Amino acid sequence: MGDKLLLRAGVFILAALLGLAALAPVIAPHSPTEQDLEQDLLPSSGEHLLGTDKLGRDILSRILYGARISALVGTSTVALSVLIGITIGSLSGYFGGWLDHLLMRVVDVLMAFPGILLAIAFTAVLGPGLDHVILALCLIGWTGYARLVRAEILAIREREFIQAAQALGGSPGRVIFVHMLPNLLPALLIQATFGVAAAIIAEGSLSFLGLGAQPPTPSWGSMLNEGRQFLLVAPHLTTFPGLAIMLTVLGLNLVGDGLRDRLEKKGK
Amino acid sequence: MKRYLFQRLLLFFPTLLGALTLVFFLVHLIPGDPVEVMLGETVSSADKEGLRRAMGLDLPIGTQYLRFLQALAQGDLGRSLYQQGGVAELVFSRLPATIELTLSAMGVALLIAFPLGILAAVKKNRWADRGALLFSLLGLAMPNFWLGPLLMIVFSIGLGWLPVSGRGGPQHLILPSFTLGMVMAAILIRMIRSSLLEAINEDYIRTARAKGVSERKIWLKHALRNSLLPVITILGLQFGALLAGSIITETIFAWPGIGRLTIQAIQTRDYPLAQGCILVISTSYLVVNLLTDILYRLVDPRVSYGG
Repeated sequence: MGDKLLLRAGVFILAALLGLAALAPVIAPHSPTEQDLEQDLLPSSGEHLLGTDKLGRDILSRILYGARISALVGTSTVALSVLIGITIGSLSGYFGGWLDHLLMRVVDVLMAFPGILLAIAFTAVLGPGLDHVILALCLIGWTGYARLVRAEILAIREREFIQAAQALGGSPGRVIFVHMLPNLLPALLIQATFGVAAAIIAEGSLSFLGLGAQPPTPSWGSMLNEGRQFLLVAPHLTTFPGLAIMLTVLGLNLVGDGLRDRLEKKGK
Repeated sequence: MKRYLFQRLLLFFPTLLGALTLVFFLVHLIPGDPVEVMLGETVSSADKEGLRRAMGLDLPIGTQYLRFLQALAQGDLGRSLYQQGGVAELVFSRLPATIELTLSAMGVALLIAFPLGILAAVKKNRWADRGALLFSLLGLAMPNFWLGPLLMIVFSIGLGWLPVSGRGGPQHLILPSFTLGMVMAAILIRMIRSSLLEAINEDYIRTARAKGVSERKIWLKHALRNSLLPVITILGLQFGALLAGSIITETIFAWPGIGRLTIQAIQTRDYPLAQGCILVISTSYLVVNLLTDILYRLVDPRVSYGG
């Protein structure tokens, strides 16, 4: 009962945020990049519901457009990471031997770093910008999916239906994609849900450090970074973008938890 | 156990070497020329060449890599481009501040997680349990780069109770420790709750109840002690996460630790310093994870080691 309620709350939060992101051009009261230096650092008012930033830009509009950035970073990072993870994990688990050893040592090396540290190093190499953030997060993010796919493939490799598919002459590609991967989808979906949340926080961290989205892109992390300089005079600059990140991550975690509970109950 | 240790170390050293190699090549791929960073663009090309030769940057990358490994084996991490002194000296002078913050954050996490986790388990499905779950959910969803400034707004700027930033007395530690320890507390609350609920259904608990042991003693002595194993693992694994989280927390609170030094080194393109910082953080991370694995095995010999 409680679990169901939390899952529903998560789905509701995510649907609302996605709806707001999709409708941003229609419902945003102002342009997210339009400056008005005479209206800088204003508190909440009828004209600017969440106030304005140091360049007089409307914070609500920037948060609405920022939802699009977070959705883009979260989903594209996870989609690419899952794709790489499935490819590497399948090759490793299906073929085993030296290929498995080699690929898993690469995974070990990448996992030897705290994720955010490697992301910082990658973005330092690639240069700032959202596309580079996505690439940097993918370069780290695929390892978890590769390990998951490999472990699951190892677990079902000896099952009868797989051996039957192989005996009937199924090519490795066909056996992996048609017979093995559908069995992994629920576990992948759960990990991907948490992955989107992690990617959104990582993008926020990098943008907060000035290594992610560049001005005037309305990323929530860079809004927080800009707001940090005005904590004393305009704390609302920090409060609202952070609240947006928290709600999004909360929604994703609730959905991830709910899906995992369902899968575990099914397993029992 | 000996075989396990051997196997684990056999995996540790190649991974460490791989990590060192990755850091070396990554730092060398960072755009920009260290010589130009040091001397500026106006200096003559002869001077630049001279410095390049002196720093060994004119050598093929393979030779530079071998020299890097040789120097590393002797504890030499090179020299900072801007700051006086060797990189090792600079990094290790900042390490105590980071360790202080990390341990303090861990302490805060434990102080929050144990009472709330135990309360949630004892009062399962009641309001106290739901409150602890909500706290845990919010803690997990709150990024530290938001929580830190938020705490600053309330406790430093608004109430004036605590200093805004910097390192000094114990009062300087409170906000950064809370910021850094929050996620760990959130994870631990759920872990303690579920471990306790699992332990409370075991046969030895039933036996203790049959013998008339008080409920308080059953929860706090018998169940809690036996549910500590997963908590130890999470503590070890999260210690590495705390090291990583300190990069952001130290930047927010101007805490003079290795995390802040890393960001400063990257922002100022101080390549040897950035390399040294990343190396020390990742090596500590690897070592802590190795020790956690070994400790886990020592505490519970049932845990098997598989590939």
